[in-house]
Amino acid sequence: MAYAPAAGAHDVHAHEQHDHGKPHGWRRWVYATNHKDIGTMYLVFAGIMFFIGGFLAMLIRLELFKPGLQFFDPLFFNSLTTMHALIMIFGAVMPAWTGLANWQIPMQVGAPDMALPRLNNFSFWILPFAFLLLLSTFFVPGGAPAGGWTMYPPLMLQGGAGFPMTIFAIHLMGASSILGSMNVIVTILNMRAPGMTLLRMPLFVWSWLITAYLLIAVMPVLAGAVTMLLTDHFFGTTFFTAAGGGDPVMFQHIFWFFGHPEVYILILPAFGIVSEILPTFARKPIFGYEAMVYAIASIAFLSFIVWAHHMFTVGMPLAGQLFFMLTTMLIAIPTGVKVFNWCATLWKGSITFEPPMLFAISFLFLFSIGGFSGLMLAIVPADFQYQDTYFVVAHFHYVLVPGTIFAIMAGVYYWLPKWTGKMYDLTLGKWHFWLSVIFVNVLFFPQHFLGLAGMPRRIPDYAVQFSDWNMVSSLGGFGFGLSQLLFPYLIWKCIKHGTPIGNRAWEGAHGLEWELPSPPPFHSWETPPSEAVLAHGSVH
Amino acid sequence: MMLRHAYRKLAAAVLLPVFAPVHADSGWGLLNMTPGVTDISRKIYDLHMEVFWICVVIAVIVFGWMIWSLIAFRKSKGAVADTSLVHNTRVEILWTAIPVVILIAMAVPAARTLVDIEDTRNTELTIKVTGFQWGWNYDYLDDGVTYFSRLDRASDAARQLQSGVDPTSVPHYLLNVDHPLIVPAGVKVRLLITGADVIHSWWVPAFGLKKDAIPGFVNELWFRVDPDKTGSYRGQCVELCGRDHGFMPIVVDVKSKEDFTTWLKATAAQQKQAAATAPAAAPAAG
Repeated sequence: MAYAPAAGAHDVHAHEQHDHGKPHGWRRWVYATNHKDIGTMYLVFAGIMFFIGGFLAMLIRLELFKPGLQFFDPLFFNSLTTMHALIMIFGAVMPAWTGLANWQIPMQVGAPDMALPRLNNFSFWILPFAFLLLLSTFFVPGGAPAGGWTMYPPLMLQGGAGFPMTIFAIHLMGASSILGSMNVIVTILNMRAPGMTLLRMPLFVWSWLITAYLLIAVMPVLAGAVTMLLTDHFFGTTFFTAAGGGDPVMFQHIFWFFGHPEVYILILPAFGIVSEILPTFARKPIFGYEAMVYAIASIAFLSFIVWAHHMFTVGMPLAGQLFFMLTTMLIAIPTGVKVFNWCATLWKGSITFEPPMLFAISFLFLFSIGGFSGLMLAIVPADFQYQDTYFVVAHFHYVLVPGTIFAIMAGVYYWLPKWTGKMYDLTLGKWHFWLSVIFVNVLFFPQHFLGLAGMPRRIPDYAVQFSDWNMVSSLGGFGFGLSQLLFPYLIWKCIKHGTPIGNRAWEGAHGLEWELPSPPPFHSWETPPSEAVLAHGSVH
Repeated sequence: MMLRHAYRKLAAAVLLPVFAPVHADSGWGLLNMTPGVTDISRKIYDLHMEVFWICVVIAVIVFGWMIWSLIAFRKSKGAVADTSLVHNTRVEILWTAIPVVILIAMAVPAARTLVDIEDTRNTELTIKVTGFQWGWNYDYLDDGVTYFSRLDRASDAARQLQSGVDPTSVPHYLLNVDHPLIVPAGVKVRLLITGADVIHSWWVPAFGLKKDAIPGFVNELWFRVDPDKTGSYRGQCVELCGRDHGFMPIVVDVKSKEDFTTWLKATAAQQKQAAATAPAAAPAAG
């Protein structure tokens, strides 16, 4: 069903914009202030980083294919694991979320653009420089950082020329994230269409609003921690050096005070995306909308008081261990509420299985598996066995790959027809899904066994009894990596040869973005949507 | 104890048919945590299995619900959405409250075990453990015995980049040391753990516990191996500590009390003699 007034307005305004000198060629991107162009740049950047980070992961799995050192010096192996993590977290996942926020939030709240367009441009263009700096550490004396993405001193202080470069790169990424988050908050709080009250917002917008507050709260904490590392190394301070009265464990407390909210920064927008997609393809509003909002808020709050569960083995007092065990277990409650509400959304629906839905369903199952292992890890005595083994590696990859990454892919498959105005090859999308979901389990499930059998993480070589499952895991890794090449091919094919599609790309889709033409006009909502349009596009 | 056997039988019944032809301690059969050889390690194993089976039960219910919905409410089978089903306070309170009860059921035994783990009173032997890049130093504080423990030569030769040595031909590849830690069985042994340069972490899975070796800190960890469980137990450093982090294994030889006392006396005498001759030799060399 076409929404005639908006479509008409689109033609006129597109023309006007042209007269105003809408930038073309390279200027369109370098001087970009449009939320869609900036969103596209964020997503393309995230895609590139996903493949670079994935390539490093392939090298890790190559070395671990069988016991013995075949390819890399152990120090280079440590650089591979460190850089894989930094690139995937700060280069792939976080920019992908900001890209999706840029594209979707103005369209979903009925705004013409983000509130602060030039800030938006700046926060994106910091990123390529940050990652040039980070990636160039591979070519400096001492090599890329090899102390783990957690950067624990004193080990991190042993780094070569790559050490200060990494710190400055992290400062830049942090600045970019903070600026992006400010923009999201200001947009959501000030640019909503009249009648779009907070509790009428789509859950993706809600999840991003809360994520943005988390980012603003904790990125400065990380900046402080790494700055102290820097002064310890170059200016003779001893914040983290016991010999000078400092405390190496204090770094871990500060780092994880950032680090635990950070892992929710990576997953909360995924909750939002899944809460958009399940109702669309179950043709039924989300179950328990308000409970979903409160659950996200509770998870965000709890994320600030669980940090020390990452470091149960440092030797904390009994009371501290009990406190962090109990708070960590509490997280299972709001997370359970979310999973049950998603299940209830499917219940008595009318379900179809297009690619976004397939990815969202596999998110439900596989993220839950990551949740179960998370609950196991919360049990302190058992954690003494799990800590720093492959069990932990399996746990966080289950929540980050079939959790976060699958949700990002689900989001792209969901909104790609809206962005391009064309429908992609659904069969190819299903191939991508099935290959991904099979290989991701072959890749990560055996790592539970390896960890429980006693294989530590972050080692380049292992005792021979771990050979069999490592080989399976590596084969799964190669399969998963290769399957991802289908994704950019599918997007390219959609842009070139996709079939044109109407406003509402999916039969059951609700939300203001589906009231706009596909592709949407340059300034999404030039005039705020009327109450009738709001009601029609209501998500619940 | 009974519970543990039930778990193991259940685990074997579920998992073994899949890997039937393989030996339980070879590669494919290594699927689960070891129950270990101390009281604490067995308590930890039981806790691990308890939480695991609770998760399995929850998974069966929740995944069953999802799979049922996905099959029963397919549009292709003519399912029509019930769009009025958006909220149900009673059900929502129920599925908030039930997890609380389950969590309490998990937290109580966990807290009890934790209290036991932290009870470091009445230890009979104290050994200082110092992690360094890349090996361990063991210091029997009351007996004047101290020595270093590093990766054994055979593993070290085989682990060099493209060494050409088949790791399967090396006994206990990467899990063998030149001088293992020697402890008596049936005795409450306390380790005082610290780090010399960066942070390391001392872990022997069969004892159930790991503790970080942090420069400037002295951490405590204790274990009491069952009197009948003498033998070698192997572990590794589990905190990333630089280039050779993967190559600083831990081996603990658990001897009977008598054998241990004999070994300790002999080693103490040997080290005393070596110390006595060393200063005499040094000026001669100078």
